[in-house]
Amino acid sequence: FLAGFGSLMQDVLWCFSQVKGTLDTGVTEADIISTVEFNHTGELLATGDKGGRVVIFQREQESKNQPHRRGEYNVYSTFQSHEPEFDYLKSLEIEEKINKIRWLPQQNAAYFLLSTNDKTVKLWKVSERDKRPEGYNLKDEDGRLRDPSMITVLRVPVLRPMDLMVEATPRRVFANAHTYHINSISVNSDYETYMSADDLRINLWNFEITNQSFNIVDIKPANMEELTEVITAAEFHPHHCNTFVYSSSKGTIRLCDMRTAALCDRHAKFFEEPEDPSNRSFFSEIISSISDVKFSHSGRYIMTRDYLTVKVWDLNMENRPIETYQVHDYLRSKLCSLYENDCIFDKFECVWNGSDSVIMTGSYNNFFRMFDRNTKRDVTLEASRENSKPRAILKPRKVCVGGKRRKDEISVDSLDFSKKILHTAWHPSENIIAVAATNNLYIFQDKVN
Amino acid sequence: MAAPLGTGAFTEETGQEKQDAQEKDKAIPPERAEEAKLKAKYPNLGQKPGGSDFLMKRLQKGQKYFDSGDYNMAKAKMKNKQLPSAGPDKNLVTGDHIPTPQDLPQRKSSLVTSKLAG
Repeated sequence: FLAGFGSLMQDVLWCFSQVKGTLDTGVTEADIISTVEFNHTGELLATGDKGGRVVIFQREQESKNQPHRRGEYNVYSTFQSHEPEFDYLKSLEIEEKINKIRWLPQQNAAYFLLSTNDKTVKLWKVSERDKRPEGYNLKDEDGRLRDPSMITVLRVPVLRPMDLMVEATPRRVFANAHTYHINSISVNSDYETYMSADDLRINLWNFEITNQSFNIVDIKPANMEELTEVITAAEFHPHHCNTFVYSSSKGTIRLCDMRTAALCDRHAKFFEEPEDPSNRSFFSEIISSISDVKFSHSGRYIMTRDYLTVKVWDLNMENRPIETYQVHDYLRSKLCSLYENDCIFDKFECVWNGSDSVIMTGSYNNFFRMFDRNTKRDVTLEASRENSKPRAILKPRKVCVGGKRRKDEISVDSLDFSKKILHTAWHPSENIIAVAATNNLYIFQDKVN
Repeated sequence: MAAPLGTGAFTEETGQEKQDAQEKDKAIPPERAEEAKLKAKYPNLGQKPGGSDFLMKRLQKGQKYFDSGDYNMAKAKMKNKQLPSAGPDKNLVTGDHIPTPQDLPQRKSSLVTSKLAG
């Protein structure tokens, strides 16, 4: 079933597979999905929400009886990861919203993931229990103590099968290391360390040590009046454990090498596209703010998302991106109202497919976009309940910018800006994608012939 | 501006070309037109676009200010009047606005299981 892997845009037909969540007309804020992430094999899919909860889905084993169902995702485990807190010392309300989930590669039978809110990162262990000991001598099966004088025979307790139970336990809590709000976490390829980044600082942690964290980037100015930019996202290189990148609100990316200095304030590489001064406006800096940065699986490229575009950069070329894709350029003539309703500050994420040939990002009206880097073709699809019949092929959508609107098109003014797709995920090796549409999670797969 | 490779659907390009044609006459890029609109609505908008004000607001997220003295004074002063209630999420509000228990958002954690797991 690697048929869809790395295939050209025109060959891939995306179909509806599943949708999770309810059809409520009013959305409870806690149910808003805030992060989506497949694990390294794609067997598990985790979501985090504004209510601090994590739900993990597991792909069911493929059955020979139903080959057209390429393994559906069912609930595996769910737990409350973070709770709302109040820092009395600073009069600061700390949201329980899960900002990011990152999986650790699997090293034994248990699964491990990192989940973070604005201030605290937690390492969760998710493990299965399918046996329990029976036949204790001093207590009976209900746990009640047996009268010792009644015991005449010694028996050896044995492990007997039981209904599968999946338990999630917090193994580490990494707290009190961030003055500002954590926007990113990234597991290092050494599997021993990870980083957490907030608006002004990036810290390096060892998984085993919770009471110490090493500051590797600090861009806080001595005088806060001089603050001109903040860190918006950060990620480790997929193979080189000494290398990481971080993006800024000014549209720049810095690549740092931890071997050169303890404090990586001086970057090894600085990626910035020169701006056309004639295009400069009040909005320029805001829309150039990078909301997400992702290394390609190969480690040769980075992808950045700003308000209107997705860009691919070659690590060897700092002065401009090698590719720029317009996500929804028609919004350029709506910037005034998008500023007024705060949508201009929405933080969209972006993802690579397993072979780095296609990139995906979300937009408004529950639209999401895919760009094939090889063919330069792109498509706009929609996550909606109307297109939710099993294996229904998704029809490409088109936004009409002024002039005659064709029958199936939607005009810019009719777009629903409250339906934003900020978080998406792509299976590491197959054409399966997870799209978070507010409080619903859609799973789409490519058509199996 | 020139549309780079990989631009959106055919329809968008046509629309953009039309807009470009119109704009060539005016020579105003859409961003600037939007900027003019904004400045017309909010003449006092800061001179530092995307500068410190935005960033400070971002860093201030979650900050809640409360002074028990102010609160009790306001309560005493306004015994017969309704206390002014909070506007929609204005984190930087201080001074005249006195928060009341009704204003504060509910801070109970979600003890309910996620609906995704239903």
